[in-house]
Amino acid sequence: MTGRPRHLVRFKPYQRLMHLVLMVCFLGLAATGLPLLFSDSTWAASLARAFGGFEASALLHRFFATGMLLCFAVHVGELLYRLVAKGERSLLWGPSSMVPQPADLVQMYGHVRWFLGLGVRPHFDRYTYWEKFDYWAVFWGMFIIGGSGLLLWFPQAFSTFLPGWIFNVALLIHGEEALLAVGFIFTIHFFNGHIRPEKFPMDMVMFTGQVSEDELRRERPAEYERLVREGRLDTLAVPPEPDWVSTGGRVVGTTAVAIGLLLLVFILRGFFG
Amino acid sequence: MRALMSLVAGLWLAAAAAPVAAQTPPDNDTCLMCHLDPAATRANGTSVAVAPDHFGESVHGIFSCVDCHEDLAATEEWPHAESLARVSCQTCHDESVSNFEKSVHFALRERATGRAGATCVDCHGTHDIKPSSDPSSRTYVLNLPQTCGTCHSHQQIPGPGGEVFEHFQDSVHGRGLSRSGLTVSANCSSCHGAHDVRAPEDPESRVHRSQIAGTCATCHQGIDQVYEESVHGRTVAGGNLGAAVCSDCHTSHEILRSETEAWRLDAVRECGTCHVDKIGTYRDTYHGKVTALGFTRIATCADCHGSHDILPASNPQSMISSTRLVSTCQSCHPGANENFVKYDPHADKHDPERSPALYWSARFMQLLLAGVFLFFGAHTLLWFPRSLAERRAHRRAGAASGDRTPPAEE
Repeated sequence: MTGRPRHLVRFKPYQRLMHLVLMVCFLGLAATGLPLLFSDSTWAASLARAFGGFEASALLHRFFATGMLLCFAVHVGELLYRLVAKGERSLLWGPSSMVPQPADLVQMYGHVRWFLGLGVRPHFDRYTYWEKFDYWAVFWGMFIIGGSGLLLWFPQAFSTFLPGWIFNVALLIHGEEALLAVGFIFTIHFFNGHIRPEKFPMDMVMFTGQVSEDELRRERPAEYERLVREGRLDTLAVPPEPDWVSTGGRVVGTTAVAIGLLLLVFILRGFFG
Repeated sequence: MRALMSLVAGLWLAAAAAPVAAQTPPDNDTCLMCHLDPAATRANGTSVAVAPDHFGESVHGIFSCVDCHEDLAATEEWPHAESLARVSCQTCHDESVSNFEKSVHFALRERATGRAGATCVDCHGTHDIKPSSDPSSRTYVLNLPQTCGTCHSHQQIPGPGGEVFEHFQDSVHGRGLSRSGLTVSANCSSCHGAHDVRAPEDPESRVHRSQIAGTCATCHQGIDQVYEESVHGRTVAGGNLGAAVCSDCHTSHEILRSETEAWRLDAVRECGTCHVDKIGTYRDTYHGKVTALGFTRIATCADCHGSHDILPASNPQSMISSTRLVSTCQSCHPGANENFVKYDPHADKHDPERSPALYWSARFMQLLLAGVFLFFGAHTLLWFPRSLAERRAHRRAGAASGDRTPPAEE
């Protein structure tokens, strides 16, 4: 440890912006969609009325859906560009790829053993198995929820070549998959990123884009060693983020978590109320 | 009028047949010598005053007091005894009284239920009775609800039977009378009759389930013609009184205009009280969820099935028959086609026979949700204590080495 801890870049502004847009759209979709899923709960009618009735809710839902699908399209476009035009093979395999690899299974096994006190904590690299699960869950959700949502948005157009019962299935899947996504984000993702004691009250990395060298060494030892070995650590060093970035991130993040937890309370009341 | 003539004839016959009267009966002026005094009371303090104007203007104003208070005609002792024989309206109004004797009001008195059924005077008054065609009469069409409401209101009869007046006043019929002044709007007696008001359980009642459609048809003839042909109308006519009659969907006293949001939502619930399985599957659809939230610009039962003209899908005239289904859906979804109407508005995710794709999708989603939440739930619960220990260890190490970097705020 040599004097002041250095800060290193983990996420580029573009990636942070994508997370922010995704987050806002996700919360908007959840808040305008959940009343329909729990239409027999007392809070559902109040929430739908708060958005100005079901027609306004539906309009907002489609607005956020468009935002999220655009976000997804930009992301897929960027990946294709990096893969095809720039030939970044590291996207497909290796430590900085989101593609699940055998090492992830090994680390998951090792992580659970560590939970149980049966081994040491695995040496995680840039992306852990639970982060990859989050990522691919969103990817899968985009197709399932987005696809079924488009079917329900334009039933007349789709019925020119699809049988009508597909809309029965689409509504069920849209709701159930949304429940999975919302339930997962508001419990598991919130725990991993915010409520987990090591991160509590909030892991700011997705809002500021920075991580301290100390934390990187502790949490991602494999990535840290790799960066040292490749001599890239210094190129990632940045001055600590200005106060307004960390304050703004804290406000936005805390608000998002609060909205999510409130919606989670609604969901639980819908189930058990 | 017939009653009046029979009274006059009766009096004439009585006068002609009678031997020389022992004593001249008192005339009205004689009675008013005492009863004109507004302060005149019985021993118990109740008033015996008769307002001569009221009596004079009443439908009975041409008669003598003793025509009704018959026992006083032969009284020789004045002032007469406080307790008089009950006035018998039947002397003149035989038909009305014999109808009244079939009524629930009469039966309540006879059965000594402790609830006082209305008698003639409760609805018509005493000395100030006006013909029901007179706008100041208690039984004039626009005044009748108020008269019946003297008893049939929340204050008088607690419980569900008691709010009849309040409900009626807010109904389309009540507003027709009280707000629009429509004398053709239904009032109490239009449906219940006047003197022979019977309990709804009485098969001869106008509001018995077997009779209701006919009673409403007194005014709503066009509706009745359609209803009689519908699945509900035919079932009732076939003797099954469980099928929907007018009042099941429209209620009896609270009848609302069918455009109102409250009515459209209520009607869905009403259908669901009999069609329990159908309301369940309806609530699984977008249509049903939106109405459950309290919004109505979306298909309710009647939008697809019709209302008075509901027919089984097997009937080509039915709105949901294969020949008409596309046009029915098109009333909201202009682009609906043969593919579109293969959508099942009552698909049942629990029924693999009716909705195989939906059934298996539901099972798959159940497994997926259960699997993900069980795995990550356990993962999180196991992680928590380790993470807590890690945080504490880091704090201790930080304190020992003087490193003041907070653990999680990079």
